[in-house]
Amino acid sequence: MSWLETVRTGVNGVRSHRLRSFLTVLGILIGIAGVIIAVGLGEGASSQVTSEINALGSNVLTITPGSSTSSTGIRQALGTASTLTTADVSALSSPIDAPDIKAVAPITSSTEELTAGSETATTSVQGTTPTWLTVRGRTLAEGRFIDNQDVQDHGAVAVLGATTASELFSRQDPVGQIVDVNGVPVTVVGVLTSTGASSSSSSTSDPDDVMIIPFTTGAERIFGGTSRNSVSSIAVQARSSADLTGAYQEADHLLLQLHGITNPTNADFTITSEQSLIAANTSVDHTLTILLGGIAAISLIVGGIGVMNIMLVSVTERIREIGLRKALGATPRVIRRQFLVEASVLGLVGGVLGVVSGLLGVLYLPGLIGDPISTSPTAAVGALAIALAIGVLFGVYPASRAAALAPIDALRTE
Amino acid sequence: MNVTPPQGTAPVEPSRETVIELERVTKVYRTGSISVAALRGVSLSIDLGEYVAIIGPSGSGKSTLMHILGCLDVPTSGRYHLAGEDVSHMSETALAEVRNRRIGFVFQQFNLLSSMTAWQNVELPLAYAGVSRTERKERAMEALARVGLAGRVHHRPGELSGGQQQRVAVARALVTEPDLILADEPTGNLDSVSAADVLRLMGELHETGRTLLLITHDAEVASAANRVVGIRDGLLTENDARFVESVR
Repeated sequence: MSWLETVRTGVNGVRSHRLRSFLTVLGILIGIAGVIIAVGLGEGASSQVTSEINALGSNVLTITPGSSTSSTGIRQALGTASTLTTADVSALSSPIDAPDIKAVAPITSSTEELTAGSETATTSVQGTTPTWLTVRGRTLAEGRFIDNQDVQDHGAVAVLGATTASELFSRQDPVGQIVDVNGVPVTVVGVLTSTGASSSSSSTSDPDDVMIIPFTTGAERIFGGTSRNSVSSIAVQARSSADLTGAYQEADHLLLQLHGITNPTNADFTITSEQSLIAANTSVDHTLTILLGGIAAISLIVGGIGVMNIMLVSVTERIREIGLRKALGATPRVIRRQFLVEASVLGLVGGVLGVVSGLLGVLYLPGLIGDPISTSPTAAVGALAIALAIGVLFGVYPASRAAALAPIDALRTE
Repeated sequence: MNVTPPQGTAPVEPSRETVIELERVTKVYRTGSISVAALRGVSLSIDLGEYVAIIGPSGSGKSTLMHILGCLDVPTSGRYHLAGEDVSHMSETALAEVRNRRIGFVFQQFNLLSSMTAWQNVELPLAYAGVSRTERKERAMEALARVGLAGRVHHRPGELSGGQQQRVAVARALVTEPDLILADEPTGNLDSVSAADVLRLMGELHETGRTLLLITHDAEVASAANRVVGIRDGLLTENDARFVESVR
């Protein structure tokens, strides 16, 4: 009996027990769709975080205030101190003291409500200097960036991120418009090019939802606060990736000196590189992917056991049919093939439907849960292969049982 | 292990005319330490074109004999030649091929596959023989026409009467042009009208030169055959004049 005939017989076997076949297929379907969505979620989260971190600029170190150590020697929580000042910024900018540092951008930030006409938006407002643009590796879509004159004059000007610009000015050109921040009207002079990083939910803020104002304007007119010289964070750009280590050491050394700290373990600041951020995030996402994938894989195995269960029931139930087929001249090999094909058809149909529902999930789920999901062709093809393999693997034992039945025993059963 | 004698491959002895040649065949079933002899040395020779009935009560070894004759089981000892071929020690796979090529079965329970139409049931043995689809369909239709079911080819077994189902089964047994048609209680599940119908069909097949072997417990059914062989306690009683007479 040819393979084509065997496949036809197997498919007929599946079709003649529709409900049972459907339920078995459902088990595989859920497993495969689960694998695709789980892997997609993990990869989506990972690529999102990576693109957000990349948007921070290349060869950049970020210095953030650390914990301060009180006089009694009790260490305070991270971020409690506002230990960074404009003095630190000018020291780091010195090409003599810090030859590996190319540019320094102080950043003060605060989340503020913006109003433009009837539109409002809550956005991260960042006060900085013109170097921010190169340090962050950003470009302008239109208009100009803040310049040194703006910083000197405490100018009421602002540059908007692409998302913020479209939120506030959906119908008109943002450049030249007035935005009200904390009661201070500022003029939009430019709009940043979109980074392409998708809307964010988690670890880092959306690099496109931002308003940039001159550092001095922020300190003097918008944010308020006690110390006009304090800085939320300092972005430091090394001359090249090879100089990153040098830049790190110079910054560390200079700041320890300036803050009068002799023991580096008591440092009141933290220097992080984008590499360390990426590494930390990647390992978290990796764990997430393994966890989700593992759960999905378990459901896939359960689906496979379902196939085996159904095939065993099928063999027992069709014992007369097997006996008859043998009496009519079916060899054990043909019978084995027939049941293997039936199991494989269940696996394959479940796999194809699973891939389809998985891809549909990847397409429509992000709109519901707000998290990005990547489509991975490797995962789809892999899942399909796994589904077929499961069908074959869990079909082998039932098929061998069918093949080993003696024709007289099979015919005798009532 | 092949114990075929040297001349066994050439169909000289047993002769070409002999379809079935059983020589001192025994079948012993062992269950633990208990062994039951179902057949205790059976010798039987059936020639081409004969219509033979084997009659015996239940427990006589009738079913065991049918299994061995149908190549569904192998004897414990003795030799069985089917159409000149020694089938006493064949493997499961080789037996399947012999069944496919040489034997057409008709069972008491019809044993039709309910999910298939009449012609699909009939073409099944041809599929296992590797015959092409178009030829299979043609031959299946021919066989169904021969049993008088040309108008019912697309019906499923559930849509046919018992007598019609058994005629489909006869068509299935015919379709491969086998050396032997083996009918095991073919009328056991039929009313008397359908039973007579099926027996008449078998008589017609005999007239066209088919070799038929009918296994039954019913003397009336057995009387349809030309030759009646009795079986009792695992032994054939063909020469028992009284027994044969009681059947006639």
